[in-house]
Amino acid sequence: MISKLLRDIVDRVKPPFEPGGKLGFLHSTFDAFETFLFAPNTVTKKGAHIRDAVDLKRTVFMVVIALVPALLFGMYNTGLQHFRAIGDVAAAADVLGCWWYGFVRVLPLILVSYIVGLGIEFAFAQKRGHEVNEGYLVTGLLIPMIMPIDVPLWMVAVAVAFAVIIGKEVFGGTGMNIFNPALLARAFVFFAYTPFISGDKVWVRGVTKGGEYLDGFSGATPLTQLGENASDMLAGADVWSWIVGTIPGSIGETSVIAILIGAAILLYTGVASWRVMLSVFAGGLVMGLLFNAIGGTPVMDMPAYYHLLLGGFAFGAVFMATDPVTAAQTNVGKVIVGFMIGAIAVLIRVVNPGYPEGMMLSILFMNALAPLVDHFVVAANVRRRTKVAKVKTVK
Amino acid sequence: MSKIIKLNRGLDIHLQGEPAAKIIDATGSDTFAVSPPDFDGVVPKLLVREGDVVKAGSPLLFDKNRQQVIFASPVSGTVTEIRRGEKRKLLSVVVTSDGRGESLEFKIPSMASASREDVAGMLLSAGMWPMIIQRPYGRIADPAAKPKAIFVSGFDSAPCAPDMNFVLSGELDNLRKGVEVLKKLTDGKVHLGLRAGTEGVLNRVDNAEQHFFKGPHPAGNVGVQIAHVDPIRKGDVVWTVDVQNLAIIGRLFNTGRVDMTKIVCMSGPHVVRPQYYKIIGGAQVKSFVMNSNIKPVAEGHSARIVSGNALTGGIVSREEFIGFYSNQITVLAEGDHYELLGWIAPGLDKMSVSKTFMSWICPRKKYNIDTNLHGGHRAIVVTGLWEKYVPMDILPMYLVKACMAGNIDKMEALGIYEVLPEDMALCDFVDPSKTEVQEAIAQGINLMIKELS
Repeated sequence: MISKLLRDIVDRVKPPFEPGGKLGFLHSTFDAFETFLFAPNTVTKKGAHIRDAVDLKRTVFMVVIALVPALLFGMYNTGLQHFRAIGDVAAAADVLGCWWYGFVRVLPLILVSYIVGLGIEFAFAQKRGHEVNEGYLVTGLLIPMIMPIDVPLWMVAVAVAFAVIIGKEVFGGTGMNIFNPALLARAFVFFAYTPFISGDKVWVRGVTKGGEYLDGFSGATPLTQLGENASDMLAGADVWSWIVGTIPGSIGETSVIAILIGAAILLYTGVASWRVMLSVFAGGLVMGLLFNAIGGTPVMDMPAYYHLLLGGFAFGAVFMATDPVTAAQTNVGKVIVGFMIGAIAVLIRVVNPGYPEGMMLSILFMNALAPLVDHFVVAANVRRRTKVAKVKTVK
Repeated sequence: MSKIIKLNRGLDIHLQGEPAAKIIDATGSDTFAVSPPDFDGVVPKLLVREGDVVKAGSPLLFDKNRQQVIFASPVSGTVTEIRRGEKRKLLSVVVTSDGRGESLEFKIPSMASASREDVAGMLLSAGMWPMIIQRPYGRIADPAAKPKAIFVSGFDSAPCAPDMNFVLSGELDNLRKGVEVLKKLTDGKVHLGLRAGTEGVLNRVDNAEQHFFKGPHPAGNVGVQIAHVDPIRKGDVVWTVDVQNLAIIGRLFNTGRVDMTKIVCMSGPHVVRPQYYKIIGGAQVKSFVMNSNIKPVAEGHSARIVSGNALTGGIVSREEFIGFYSNQITVLAEGDHYELLGWIAPGLDKMSVSKTFMSWICPRKKYNIDTNLHGGHRAIVVTGLWEKYVPMDILPMYLVKACMAGNIDKMEALGIYEVLPEDMALCDFVDPSKTEVQEAIAQGINLMIKELS
């Protein structure tokens, strides 16, 4: 009934937005909202008469759902870290209070990211006469989740604009981009405004602005500590808190448990590639073990699995490396590129002790190399085909 | 028994309306046609005029590019209509049957002494040559070419497809004769693909090289079977014949008469009583697809009649004719309806290979799938998915991209010779970006033919 009523309203306001109508220039925008409200009534015209019920909206929405546990925990952790920093033990023990504190601080980041990003996406779709692609619904949520809580809003806006325009639209939009746009946004902030996304001040809400903080308080992430004083950090290693995620860090990256819940959703629904995910973890672990074997410095001797728990490794492996557009496209390529991502991330961290951006740089680097890896996989397939042909002609 | 070839990749779509094992005789209908659009790449030229009297086997048309290839009337009667479409494109030559079932009589050659030319000549003059399809490209075979092998698939794995062992149960002699005929046309082998674990009349066709396949659709596609038995490489020519047409060819050489009788099924989720019909090839759709056997649709909606299966068939109206190569009619509901917040609804009744719909709880469920596209066209985003549904040593996404880009060298290198659109129909089905994979492959093939001939 509601459906019928809504449909009538949509049908009534639709005509001016049709191509050629008075508001025809807003066709893509209208279409985006209409298809959001109603799955379209388009029928198959050529090819298979019946189609799988899944579309990109559904696929993308599954990723958003998978991000929710990490996001909710990130909000809670924002409050927790803040109250711990100011020494308010009672407030830090109040789970809902912590979450609400974080929610209020994280929401503006998400809003800015969506408004700026979707605004640009709509404008480009309009200009090109395309339907608006849903990809940004994920990117727009990923960007705030990989930022420190204290990042200025305007900076998020600039980073989003950079990522969407230079990272995606210049290549032709979603599906055509070379680099993961969310990571590009982070890289942009990292290189353009380094102090706002590194060091030990930005990871806990309010520290950059000064205020009442406990003596001896350090807002450094475990990874930063590892770089500054590896033996101390390792001596006080609290692996459990790394797994749960009650440590300073980017908003969404800290809780390995929440991320793994997301991973389970992505893998079960078949949205993300298990080949990529598994091989990233394997790559990190193997590289860590390799350094263990060499040994020498505290960081090299650190248990290899620590790498998988710290910093953005898990988050990157589950949500970034699996981006189907920027990952390798062949199955063999996926395994190779995934493995390299994990290995290079650990390599960067260990060789440049504690350098926290290992995962980001490693994924972006392998995004660039993925087409090359694919090229060789494809060449092998072609060679198999032509080789058999040659054998035949000799006979 | 040779070893079983097991295919892991593919998908059986659980579509409602599988045909029940019941055959209705519908051979008494009076309107038949030969429809040139059934034959890709043929430039049809008329040999008859309205009012001409013909017999089964009388030539109605020929191909301007290969003049010895003729298309014959399936029944005896009178040419009553030449249907044309836009730009006078020839759509159908309609023959009204006189009900006498007369055929041109052909002299039956002795199979022991008959030459390749004798056999080919008889197939050509009886209008049965178009049953022989050549690979690469899936066009009517060139009578002058010598194929390295001939392949027949003995089962159809498409949704709601007919059971060939059931359909052909009385045709053993004709099938065996058909194989003998094909053997005359090639120096290589005649291969017959069978479904592992089934027993029927086709298992007894022992003069062909039998291969057993296990696995989901498209295991029954002859292209997939070729890829696993003797893949097509550059320069190879392979022929294929539909298994019902094999029986019809055998019948010609057993009786000397053109008898296009075959059994097709009418199936799919929108059919009241899915079952089999005995018809004569080229029959008008409405002669056996009764409105009373199509489920009623709500006002303003309609049903779609497909000649062929739901993945690869062509839309027909009841006034049109069953396709020359079709063994089934599928009826689907048109999906021209909106769905409130469809992208987030739990979707218990939605079939999807992804587990993004709650329907994964009941994996055995049969679905009433309509023709809704379920989304809009997008750039290709999800990778690694098509590979799961193409059981050949081919990288489907790269091949499709090469076709879209019109890159001849890449198409060749990536395997365009091995596939027809039907072999990649499941990619159409599963792709969340709704990429028209079959269309891309068809365009790639057209380009190959244009550039390399």
